[in-house]
Order: sequence, then C-alpha cells, then structure tokens
Amino acid sequence: MAFGSSPNVSVRPVEPLRQAEKAKERPAAAGALAVDARGVSLTFQTSDGEVQALANVNLEVGAGDFVSFIGPSGCGKTTLLRVIADLEHPTSGTILVNGVSPGEARLQRHYGYIFQAPALYPWRTIERNVMLPLEIMGFDANERRARMEKYLKLVNLSGFERKFPWQLSGGMQQRASIARALSFDPALLLMDEPFGALDEIVRDHLNEQLLRLWEETRKTVVFVTHSIPEAVFLSTKIVVMSPRPGRIIDVIACDFPRDRTLEIRETPEFIKVAQRVRSGLRSGHSYDE
Amino acid sequence: MTTSALALPEAAWRPAWITARAPILVVVSILLVLWYLAAILMNAPLVRDQFEREEVKYTVSELIAGTLDAERPVVPAPHQVLLELYDSLFGYPLDSPRNLAYHAWVTLSATLLGFVIGALFGILLAVSIVHVRTLEKSLLPWVICSQMVPILAIAPIVIVVLGAIGLHGLLPKSIISAYLCFFPVTISMVKGLNSPDPIQRDLMRTWSASAAQVFWKLRWPSSVPFLFASLKVASTISLVGAIVGELPTGAQAGIGARLLTGSYYGQTIQIWAALIVAAIIAASLVAIIDVVGRFTEKRMGAAR
Repeated sequence: MAFGSSPNVSVRPVEPLRQAEKAKERPAAAGALAVDARGVSLTFQTSDGEVQALANVNLEVGAGDFVSFIGPSGCGKTTLLRVIADLEHPTSGTILVNGVSPGEARLQRHYGYIFQAPALYPWRTIERNVMLPLEIMGFDANERRARMEKYLKLVNLSGFERKFPWQLSGGMQQRASIARALSFDPALLLMDEPFGALDEIVRDHLNEQLLRLWEETRKTVVFVTHSIPEAVFLSTKIVVMSPRPGRIIDVIACDFPRDRTLEIRETPEFIKVAQRVRSGLRSGHSYDE
Repeated sequence: MTTSALALPEAAWRPAWITARAPILVVVSILLVLWYLAAILMNAPLVRDQFEREEVKYTVSELIAGTLDAERPVVPAPHQVLLELYDSLFGYPLDSPRNLAYHAWVTLSATLLGFVIGALFGILLAVSIVHVRTLEKSLLPWVICSQMVPILAIAPIVIVVLGAIGLHGLLPKSIISAYLCFFPVTISMVKGLNSPDPIQRDLMRTWSASAAQVFWKLRWPSSVPFLFASLKVASTISLVGAIVGELPTGAQAGIGARLLTGSYYGQTIQIWAALIVAAIIAASLVAIIDVVGRFTEKRMGAAR
C-alpha cells in the first residue's frame, strides 16, 4: 500500500469505551483476543516497602489491533507489557496471551519484544543479530538466511548485513531490532518505547514505516509510549494509564484508516483524539507534581 | 598573513615513528642514565676500598671506570649485564646448564603449563560461580583467602607433598604457578560473564533460550574483553609462580635456580642477567596475549 498518497483522510468519530462497561459485555470465550487481562494486579517488594505497579487492570487487545499504552513514568505501562511477555508475574488476576498463559505464549514464540534500546549484540553483524533468535529456536541455516534477508528488506536495511551495530545510526539499529523481533514471525509485537531515544524527525519516519509494516504483516502490536501524537497517530486503540497505583483511566478507539499518513496530525479529528488523551491523563493526575 | 594558532604543519617534518615512540625512548634513556648513576654511586665505596688496600693513587675517572667494571659489583652497569647476557646465551651449547636460554626454557615450560592449567581452572570456577548462586557465597571467599596465604610458605609444602606421591620436575612448579594465576582470571571472568545488560538477558528470555544458549551466545562473548585483560595479568603472575616454585626445591635448572646460585656465589651480574631474561619472557607473554586479544576483538566487531 502506498502511503503519503491519500489526499482525503476520512476519520470516524471517536467512541468512548469505558473499561468497566466493556468488561461486563465481554463474551466468555476469548479465543480471538491477542491479550485478555482480567483484574491483573502486581505489587513489587522494594526496600521502601510495597509498590503497587498495577491495580486491577482489565484489558482486551483484539487480533490485528494496534494498541498503545500511554501515561507518565511509573504508571505501569512497561510493567503491563512485561506481564504480557512473561517477564513479570502478576500477584493476582488472570491474563491470557493468544488464548494461553504468558509463559506458554513465550514458549510457543507467540510474541516478539522490542525494547527501548536496540540491544543488538555488539559482536554480531546485523545479519547475525537478526538470525540470533532463529539460531536459538533451531531454524536451519538456509531458512535463517532467507528470513534474515526478507525482514532486513522489510525494514529497509538491505545492504547493511555485514555491518556491525556501531556502524549504524540509532534509528537503523532500532529497525534492525524490529527485523530481529519479526524474524520468527510472531503474531504479536510488544514494543516498549522503541523510538523514545530517537530524535523527532527519525521518529516520525519510523512511525510511518511501522504503520506500513503493521499493515503488510497484519500483526497485533502493543506499543508503549509517552508521546500523545505518536500514540494517536499509530493506534487503533489508546489505553490511557495513570500512576500510583498503575491503572487504566480510559480506553479510546482511534479509527483512522490503516494507510494514514503524517498529515492527519493536522486534522481536527486527530486533534480531538489527542485532546481526549490529554484530558484522560489530566484526570489521572498525570500532570500533578 | 594568518596569525592563527594552526601550527600543525611545523611538526609534520618529524617521521611518524619517532613521534609515536618518543615517550618510550625518553623514559628508557632516563632509566639508563639513572642506572649508570646508581652503579657508580653504589659501587664507589667498594672500588675505593680496593684502591686503598692496594695503596695506589687513583683519580676520579679511574674510580668511575672501576665502578663500571667491577667483578662482583653491588649494582652491575647495564653494559656488564648485556655482555653477561650475550655470553650466557650464545657462549655455550643450548642444552648446556651454563646456557641461560636452557634455564629460560625450563622456567617457560613450567610457566606455560601453569598458565594453561590456571586459566582453565579460573574460567571453570567463574562459570560455576555465575551459574550456581550458592557457590558465589560459599566459594568466592575461599578463592580470595587462597591468595592471602604467602606463596613462599605454600610452595615448599606443595613440592614436598607432590614429591612424596612421585611427582617431580615440571608439574609441581606448574601447580604453584597455576595456584597463583587462576585468581585474576576467576575474579575478572565472574564480572565478565555477568556483564550483559538486563535488556540483553531479557531478550534471551523472550526467546525462551536455554541456559547453555544464554552462556554461549551471550555471556561468553560478552566476557571476552575481560578474559584477555585477566590473561595478561595471569601470564606474568604464572611466571612469578614458576620461579618461586624453583626456589625451595634447590632446583638444578630454571631462572629461579639461576637466581639462587647467583646469590650463593655473589654473582650479581648473573642475577641481573637472569632477571632481564625473566622480564623479557613476561613482556613477550603479555605482548602475545595482547595481539591475540586485539585480533579476536577486531573479529568480534570492536571499533578501531
């Protein structure tokens, strides 16, 4: 799909989706959901006592959705993502990822995780970095190479196979880490502020590329950010979170067309959604000292 | 014309090899000068006494010449040591016990064997400490304690015990050498194997990697710079260990034996020559490990 070529952007009105209301009308079987969290709480024991990172979180992420978690630092958005990835374990509540527990989902390679830093292994070339999960999962050498070439092409990094990470810019490194997460073709992409460390121009560019990639691969994406424009631009659903304790304040549907371009950010509809996100953040006291 | 401070072209006439080596050359020259001064000052009383005993008149220049040419000086002059080195390296057949190269080889073989044993043991210890949490608490204190015992006290015990079970020569010396050199390798490798950052480890977890995969694909490559840094230290320590191992045995061969006989008979020049050979061996070992380390790290994508 060509992006950047649709002059008229149609935007559907925003529908408020209160989390509590959603929970009531939810069907019992949740096979089609990529993520289904019910009453998830997580308390960390620290030297300063208990910290409640997540308090009674209910969340549904449909297959093929692009869902963003937005909120200030400490609102539990990264923790929630790590719970989905089985990197943290909830103290109470249940959570299903693709219909199974997070642990099983991890073992069955249902998701690829992209961290804030590219975290490429510096002693491996880009191609060997992308092939690393495939090595671990036991793909044969031909398959590894074929997939590596396919996904490096998808993130526009063909020609950089033999470079070491330090020879690439920050944005290119993060693209390589996305190719690495895609290499084993997981149904779900978990992205933890992947572009947070990049400058805004690179970030805009990568946002567009990510949308195109999402459209092409039809993956489910769960995306953590603290940029309102980024969340509104990328998502089909925005989950507004608030700290102390970490909880969900609002879930906003955001139904711009899939082949949206950066220009929609100037439309009144876009601004309206952004305002709603901001008011959600404010009601959660995210702007307080 | 331009009065800017861009005076770079002025220095350009100097060949690069001089600019690069100038600091080393300066330091070496200063050391040589100090060495000669020390030789003159330390040997002067000796030579003066000799002149006075023989009741001959002497000038200052004769006195200085005497200090640089004494047969058993307190501090031998550099050229005396060099001459002794040349004589003892090339004056005798290679397998003669009077040849310094023969002694050097005896010590070097014990050093290398001890280094290999020590390094492997050190790595193995680090790997188990990193993987078994309880070992870190139970083993590490003993590892540290092992280095608090003076090696000079342990060496004779080791030699005697091993001698009693029929082990003589190379192996007991190597074991003392290994005992000394495993320590820096263990300490450094524990740090190196734990050096991957949390994100790199989390990635491995998201891919459900096994402990062996985490080790070979993440921990081990991360520890390589630590490994080479510690091997450099270990190599020089293993040489010290081998020499110390030669002292209590009354060994007939090796640099340690050479030092011992030198001090029995007041052959200071011989002692100094043996020390220089030991220093050359140590420097070569470090240099070799450095080259291998650089090569390895370059292949692993290190910048530069």
